[in-house]
Amino acid sequence: MKKANDHGKFKYGMVIDIDKCTGCGTCMVACAAENNVAVRADQSDKERTITWMRLYKISNGKEFPKAEVSYFPRPCMHCDHHPPCVSVCVATATKLDFNTGIVSQIYTRCIGCRYCQAACPYGARYFNWWDVFPQDKGMDRYLTPEVSPRMRGVVEKCTFCHQRLMRAKTLAYAEDRREIEEGEYVTACAEACPAQAITFGDLNNPEHEVSKLIKHPFTFRLLERIGTEPKVYYHSNRDWIRKLGDNFLPGEYTPVVNKSWAEEEWSTKPGRDEF
Amino acid sequence: MDSPLLPHGVKRCSTWAFFFWTLPWLALLAWGGLSAFLCLWKGLNQTNMSNIFAFALWIVFDLAIIALGAGAFFTGFLTYVMGQKELKNIIKPAVIIGFICYSGAMAMLGIDIGQPIRGWFIFWHANIHSMLVEVSFCITCYLMVLAIEFIPIILENRKLEEIKELRIFGHNLHEIMAVFAATGTFLSFFHQGSLGGMFGVMYARPFAAREGFYIWPWTFFLFVLSAIAVGPCFTILCTKLTEFFTRKKLVPDSAIQLLAKISAWLLSLYMVLKIFDYLGWMYGIVPRSGLTFESFFREGPYGVYLIVAEMVFCGILPAIILMTPKARQNQGLLIIACLLNCTGIVLNRFLFIIVTLAIPVMPFDRFWGYLPTWQEWGIGMAVVGYGFLVFSAAYRYLPIFPKERELNPITE
Repeated sequence: MKKANDHGKFKYGMVIDIDKCTGCGTCMVACAAENNVAVRADQSDKERTITWMRLYKISNGKEFPKAEVSYFPRPCMHCDHHPPCVSVCVATATKLDFNTGIVSQIYTRCIGCRYCQAACPYGARYFNWWDVFPQDKGMDRYLTPEVSPRMRGVVEKCTFCHQRLMRAKTLAYAEDRREIEEGEYVTACAEACPAQAITFGDLNNPEHEVSKLIKHPFTFRLLERIGTEPKVYYHSNRDWIRKLGDNFLPGEYTPVVNKSWAEEEWSTKPGRDEF
Repeated sequence: MDSPLLPHGVKRCSTWAFFFWTLPWLALLAWGGLSAFLCLWKGLNQTNMSNIFAFALWIVFDLAIIALGAGAFFTGFLTYVMGQKELKNIIKPAVIIGFICYSGAMAMLGIDIGQPIRGWFIFWHANIHSMLVEVSFCITCYLMVLAIEFIPIILENRKLEEIKELRIFGHNLHEIMAVFAATGTFLSFFHQGSLGGMFGVMYARPFAAREGFYIWPWTFFLFVLSAIAVGPCFTILCTKLTEFFTRKKLVPDSAIQLLAKISAWLLSLYMVLKIFDYLGWMYGIVPRSGLTFESFFREGPYGVYLIVAEMVFCGILPAIILMTPKARQNQGLLIIACLLNCTGIVLNRFLFIIVTLAIPVMPFDRFWGYLPTWQEWGIGMAVVGYGFLVFSAAYRYLPIFPKERELNPITE
């Protein structure tokens, strides 16, 4: 199994179908529970709370009856090309794993300078402003044993539930398999989403659903033109949502041109754009 | 009371007057001490920094005082390497100001990082690709160089000079000062530059990102240039402030005018390059990211007025004043020009730090604003108090102005 990984043939990523997302927030809760994300009694200070997976509410800005509201679930994008946070880290506490495509964070090495937070355009990195998980209140019993809780003063981020990959690999090894199957390694957010809006898998494996979905003309990425090459993709058949995925100068955005494909795929879905 | 410690042949205020003079600065230090204690004990939640404003007041202070402290290395370079003998009259205060600025910045950085005990990881687990590593290495080394440059000045104290070994040591150190001046110049070039590089390389933040030469974004060179343009002006300001409080002329006008003239040329060159930089950025990186210049200031407390102030009122205006011989010979205009120059560079750092972070990159995110807490101000002000204390003590006990006796003969 180690030999297979040495060639860097895995590239994990996800596709989030915004049209399916209801904004229920289950992904946020599942992520926080799975990854021992610190929770304080008062979570109202949104500039300082930790939400590896965060929902951004968006609207098309129109009046009723044309008003539409949707949500952008935003985990770490696990940028594939020169991640902005990785090269700036002073203590080499974060790195892009070329074997899995996962951008990791070493909490015990992070010195908390927060340069990575300044460099990340997605706001996907979070600093631990407080000491949490008091030992004497029994909260440690709720922790996921495979995930280390973070100390005060370090930066943390979404790891694509790396512990789940480790678990799946261990299982495959025990069963004498060289590779893990699709669905064996899924992030907590993808697993928990009641609308099944999140698909997770290996972008390099043509058999995996994600690698098919990313070829869809309605699939796009956040801030693609900056050149970070995110491995988190979004999917929506609504133009106003796709337009919100990046910055465009007036007249620059062109709606998806592959109309015949789109018509065929979405003709059964009522009440959508003018396709 | 402390008269045996005072330099020969100069007049100093009474010990009590000096004691009362130090009280406000000691109060600032106490405020900073309490703030530092709270930040180290309770954590950085004592500040108003957030996941949006990961860098805030302290980093602005750091970058500002490191730029202002550039007078030390640059005056050293002009004096010892370029052989500008005239500047020997001002090199000692310049070195002390540099030492204060750099040591103050290092102390602030120690509190600013979330895990101060792991500070040494920067050196142990250094990521050579990070501009901040280059900054840390060069600042640490340069602070040592500054300390070495400061030692012979301290050894010139009347009581210390009586000890033969120390006198010889200080004298020999002084003889090889050109080596340290050159080393300091080399180190300073790289950390001033990499401080600018830190922001230029944030390619995913279009407000700060810049193109550049090889691995160095344009901000790298602009920060070096702006630092050496503002450093001499800050040295002049500190000297003038000392002259104001001591009611004495301490530095000959020729030295001040030479520094002002050098600063004028550098500032003018900086302004020309900075205008090209802004234009290149506005018509290059910004539209390529799908943005317009106006879109950066659509909302929020920070506006185009900051750039106008930086470039016109605190850039071109002082450059014109300092360039005109008649104007810079006028004391009032000289001080105003130096003040404006310093303000402009601080504004430039503010724009790169606070405004960069306040502007969202994702189209559906919002604009942010930030106000520091009293703990953040406390630590910033403590550096000011520390600076006044060290400089006052240096003025009182060390002969840092070689022409003081000549310019102020005691007539008794």
